[in-house]
Amino acid sequence: MAAYSINVNGESRSVDVAPDTPLLWVLRDSLGLVGTKYGCGIAQCGSCTVHVNGAAVRSCSLPVSAVGSSKITTIEGLSKDGSHPVQQAWQEVDVPQCGYCQAGQIMQASALLAKTPKPTDEQIERAMNGNICRCGTYHRIKEAVVLASSKMK
Amino acid sequence: METSSKTNRRDFLKLGLTASGGLVLGFHWSSSSASAIDVLNEAALPVGDINFNSYLSISSDDVITIFSPNPELGQNIKTSFPMIVAEELDADWKKVKVVQAHLDTKKYDRQLTGGSGAVPHSWERLRKAGATARQMLMEAAAKRWNTSASTLKTDTGYVIHPDGRKLTYGELATDASTIPVPTEVKLKDKKDFKIIGQPIHNVDNLEMITGKPLFGLDFYREGMLHAVITRPESFGMKLKSVDSAAAKVMPGIVDVVTFKNNVAVVGKSTWEVLKARKALKIEYEKEGNIESTSDHDRLFKELLDKSEATVRRKDGDVEAAFKGAAQVIKREYQCPFLSHAPMEPMNFFAHVRADGVELVGPSQTPDRARMATATLLGIAPEKITLELTRLGGGFGRRLQADYALEAAELSSIIKAPVKVTWTREDDMMGGSYRPAVRYRFEAALDASGKMIGYKLRGVGINAGNPTREDNFPSGAVDNLLIDSHEHKSPITTGAWRAPITNFLAFAEQAFLDEVAVAAKKDPVQFRLELLDKAKQTPTGAIKYDIDRMKGVINLVAEKSGWGKKKNLAQGFSVYFSHRSYVAQVAEVEMKKGQPVLKKIYAASDCGIVINLSGARQQVMGGIVDGLGHALYGQVTFKDGAAVQRNFNNYRLIRYIEVPEVEVHFVDNGIDPTGLGEPALPPTGGAVANAIFKATGKRLYNQPFSLQEEMKAVKLGEKM
Repeated sequence: MAAYSINVNGESRSVDVAPDTPLLWVLRDSLGLVGTKYGCGIAQCGSCTVHVNGAAVRSCSLPVSAVGSSKITTIEGLSKDGSHPVQQAWQEVDVPQCGYCQAGQIMQASALLAKTPKPTDEQIERAMNGNICRCGTYHRIKEAVVLASSKMK
Repeated sequence: METSSKTNRRDFLKLGLTASGGLVLGFHWSSSSASAIDVLNEAALPVGDINFNSYLSISSDDVITIFSPNPELGQNIKTSFPMIVAEELDADWKKVKVVQAHLDTKKYDRQLTGGSGAVPHSWERLRKAGATARQMLMEAAAKRWNTSASTLKTDTGYVIHPDGRKLTYGELATDASTIPVPTEVKLKDKKDFKIIGQPIHNVDNLEMITGKPLFGLDFYREGMLHAVITRPESFGMKLKSVDSAAAKVMPGIVDVVTFKNNVAVVGKSTWEVLKARKALKIEYEKEGNIESTSDHDRLFKELLDKSEATVRRKDGDVEAAFKGAAQVIKREYQCPFLSHAPMEPMNFFAHVRADGVELVGPSQTPDRARMATATLLGIAPEKITLELTRLGGGFGRRLQADYALEAAELSSIIKAPVKVTWTREDDMMGGSYRPAVRYRFEAALDASGKMIGYKLRGVGINAGNPTREDNFPSGAVDNLLIDSHEHKSPITTGAWRAPITNFLAFAEQAFLDEVAVAAKKDPVQFRLELLDKAKQTPTGAIKYDIDRMKGVINLVAEKSGWGKKKNLAQGFSVYFSHRSYVAQVAEVEMKKGQPVLKKIYAASDCGIVINLSGARQQVMGGIVDGLGHALYGQVTFKDGAAVQRNFNNYRLIRYIEVPEVEVHFVDNGIDPTGLGEPALPPTGGAVANAIFKATGKRLYNQPFSLQEEMKAVKLGEKM
């Protein structure tokens, strides 16, 4: 066990966990931020996607010891009330079915749009292809990413 | 036309006031005359007291609350059911609040999700519930205005006087609670629907997109322990010995417990128990057959050639028809086991105390979990509570109670509250797969191309009856034989979205396409002629609706421009499953000599569409699900153990692999017949038939992507 101080959603949080503990389980078990989901544990499905210094990262495969002073943003920190353009687009398009993967999808899409506000279809494909939706909501995910892009300032 | 609907006195009960004053009305979700849900064993379901399935309350501050008892796993029931109530209530949808009810067999019956059955079962009762409350609100307003209720009307949450005065439902709710419950109420004319048929957004959207704790895995409680369970790697093996000394002393580990064939590592956090599990030394020994996929392949061939079989349907004289045939077509189709792989792996929380049991988690059949727990622990069912979370997908896996039962058993041993989490590997190795099946189809054609004989044999591994003997084309062929064999295996199987038909539909529709070509007929025309024959001169019982099937065929042909597109190869498929009809046309385009799947058209007849947004989702998602598993899905076995254990080698369809999908519904005004499953079965056939049209190559086995015929095929290039 070791003590880590990590920056999550703009706050400094202290946790006492083994160095190899994936950020995913630190968020869920230690910090109670359960919006970040476990789906595969091997960075194949994207359900656990968070932002690390603005980039989309699979938190299931990032040990807490590697986080350092990086700024972590989870779905809970994307906006307080669902007002981020990507979250708004997700509601307007009515994307979710079961909903389990959607936080990861939103974090993936919001990282893309922060860097590339007007992505091409190919850029959207490249960004979103790592996130699995078992219910098959891909058509609406695409629609929502395009809509969110139009909302980005 | 308005319909008048009589209500049994016991159907509704005024339950008095809400905390803030107002009307509370108890009613049933499901009609007592409803037929059995077909993927479930009705006998296993709770009988329960005659009691009330849900509650509709209208508070004096104008909030309309509807309790939703059915498990929500993405089929959108939590939004669709209240829409039906709100429609007949003539409520303002924006003021409706939906609350997920916990398991309560005293209050509710049939708290389960399966078989695309909920809406068809509950349609009339839900309408009556809304209409009954509306009538009582009108009576209350009539009293207040000293007039007759028949002079009044309602509009979006108001009762309106002929002179223009109006009162909100909230203002009338307390008065309405004193009105006797009417036994006969008027239901709306369907053309006056304002909410039903609209694209209403999922009531849980905000919670889902902001990451609120909704799912089973999101359940945490102070003092709760975490556990992972190691089960035998191979089906047919049992636990022999465990050395847990190293695991027990690892950080955060509270205990290592053995029960049945399970070794549970219990500790203070998920990661700590996952790490400690790797330090276990477990030995297993043989208990039953240890089977591999190569054994099943061999077995399938033997069973297909066996002289006798379980006859499912026999019409006319098949042998004579085949003897006299001008042409016989004989083809075989095989599918592998599939994992359900819902994105949220199995999990359950249990706290077994001296005075009762608390269960929390995602289940399609919560009462099955409760009753199994009661039996296992010897505890009265009344002492067990079960709180339903949202389900991160189900696809049939969560019809099983095994994962809840394990949590309860573990909690009873360690005498502590515990959440058992399955890893993805546990989930894919842990069983209850879609069964592997092989079919042999045979068709006899006469010289004019007429199908005079039809044979189907299905052989499966723990598949029960792998045929649907009364489905089309039964009834349309004079001489027909459908039979089956089942091999009992230690590999566990269960219902997987659109049970049996998820593969049978592909096999049948691919076969009929081939028969149509052999008969020198257009595949759509070939189906329509068979349906005409079934209508005019039926053979044996017809258990599908010929006109509804023709309706979806004609609609998809029209929308897809069937047969009129020069540069596209089109493939057709139509299937009836559960209670609804879906026809699909897939389009493949040749690009630089390579076929590319471009688009799928779907025409569905599920009766009245409740929620246009949710219904479109079910069709699009069903097609993506059907396509993805037809292309990629397989679990193979080596020495009794699943080879594919996570998404690195159990391939699911991804974003770029999905073609454009165009969704249409037949508007025939009949009562809803369900849509959670019926859009999935036709997809594989439509796609395979389009690939044939483009390349001349037929696909017989799934997953398509691993077949030799697919080497030159590029799929799902771009949406």
